[in-house]
Amino acid sequence: MAMLSLQNVVKRFGDNTVCDGIDLDVEEGQMVCLIGASGAGKSTLLRCINLLEPIEDGAIYLGGEDISIPGLDPQPVRKRIGIVFQSYNLFPHMTALENAMLAPRRVYGQSREVLRPQIEELFDKFGLADRMHHYPDQLSGGQQQRVAIVRALAMKPDVMLFDEITAALDPQLVGEVLAVLHLLKASGMTMVLATHEMDFAREAADKVCFLKDGHIIEEGPPEVVFEAPTKAETREFLARVL
Amino acid sequence: MTTPNGGAPTRRQLYEAKLKRRALLIAGGSSLAVFAAIVLLVPMAPGWAKVKKSFFNWDVFTKTFPKLLDAFLIDIAIFAWCAPLIAIVGLLVALARDVRSPALFPLRIIGAAYTDIFRGVPVILTVYLIGFGIPGLGLPRPYNSPYIWGSLALILTYSAYVAEIFRSGIDSVHKSQRAASESLGLSDRDTMWFVILPQAIRHVIPAQMNMFIALQKDVALLSFIGPVEIFRQAGVQKSLLANFTPYVGAALIFLAITVPATRYADYLMNKQNKARS
Repeated sequence: MAMLSLQNVVKRFGDNTVCDGIDLDVEEGQMVCLIGASGAGKSTLLRCINLLEPIEDGAIYLGGEDISIPGLDPQPVRKRIGIVFQSYNLFPHMTALENAMLAPRRVYGQSREVLRPQIEELFDKFGLADRMHHYPDQLSGGQQQRVAIVRALAMKPDVMLFDEITAALDPQLVGEVLAVLHLLKASGMTMVLATHEMDFAREAADKVCFLKDGHIIEEGPPEVVFEAPTKAETREFLARVL
Repeated sequence: MTTPNGGAPTRRQLYEAKLKRRALLIAGGSSLAVFAAIVLLVPMAPGWAKVKKSFFNWDVFTKTFPKLLDAFLIDIAIFAWCAPLIAIVGLLVALARDVRSPALFPLRIIGAAYTDIFRGVPVILTVYLIGFGIPGLGLPRPYNSPYIWGSLALILTYSAYVAEIFRSGIDSVHKSQRAASESLGLSDRDTMWFVILPQAIRHVIPAQMNMFIALQKDVALLSFIGPVEIFRQAGVQKSLLANFTPYVGAALIFLAITVPATRYADYLMNKQNKARS
């Protein structure tokens, strides 16, 4: 059974259909990359999975459980699905460490004393050990984004979603964030990324989905999608970005 | 003149130094001219001798000033108990106006009506209506004290303004902060309390400071319903000595508090604008 399963997901903003019947299975431990032009529906799809946007039709299953039932309390679902945004969205009035401890403290009721060693370990693992007590505006974009990843991981989610997390970064800072994704993949995390980093997708993804106008045009292992795409739209898109 | 490389000043530095000298000279000259005109011309007015005697009488000033200072302690005391209550009530009203639960909808209506009414009525009218009206119900001492009901009038009026400022602060926090908080599984309440409010309050501190400076001045309005605070005391002294100098003394005492406070609020506002741009 897939860890995350989308069936015929439809999302509209008014008359604008952003996701138009999307089917997608993500197995446990898999890394799935969503590629496609801006406005193809990648980010909206991630926001729907996290229940930040309600869907018009279709269903989303997390570990076999329907999480898209209208009126379902989103909070228990959200703590199982972490999301990292393009613009980091750290809480500016808290240190990096406090950013990461807030949600587990409030949602799981864990004390700072219990949490601290685990969270410090995460900071350490991602090369942020000496940045824990800094405020977001004292950190570089790459550091902020890694803190945002730690913050999402602190909830011990089953699935992590990444919404173009390197798009706002200076080119020389992209590498340090992608390195964290490699570490996460090695640890067996189930991940869905919307990304413009084609090299990264080709190298690290288990599955690549090409989206256009709210449809998955083509999906498959990166060797196939990048080297031998079967659809004309995919070839056209890749010719423009590669 | 020193330059970063220790050598002779560059052409540009020389030019800028010249501009700066000239600007200083012009600013100094024009200020001097204006002040000199005031000092020379005002005493030439036909009524100056009378005005000087009745508004700027040094003997009256030294005689009444200590009494005014004593009376000002009452203003400070009224301010001191009103200000924290206003901050709390204002925040509660702001939160009440933002509740989303349908069961609490009446709270939103009451909050909106409250801010509309108390922002729409002159403070002095509220002070009169509450300060005279409620004790008029025949309350026993000490519950008929004008201190209590006058303070309540100030609290109700100012909380309405303060609530609106808090609300603008809550709106000024970017919606992505709410999304980030909710996506971590935090409840609406925790999101407001731990994520939105701390940022909102920081954004509006300078604006709130200006409200509290205004409150400090409006405490004098309570003199109309009884308390012998500084404005009333100045009036008493004016009547006793048939001289307006006590009012000037009272004004100076207010300025001693409000000018530094206003400067500080402006400083905070500038700092915040710089930090955001």
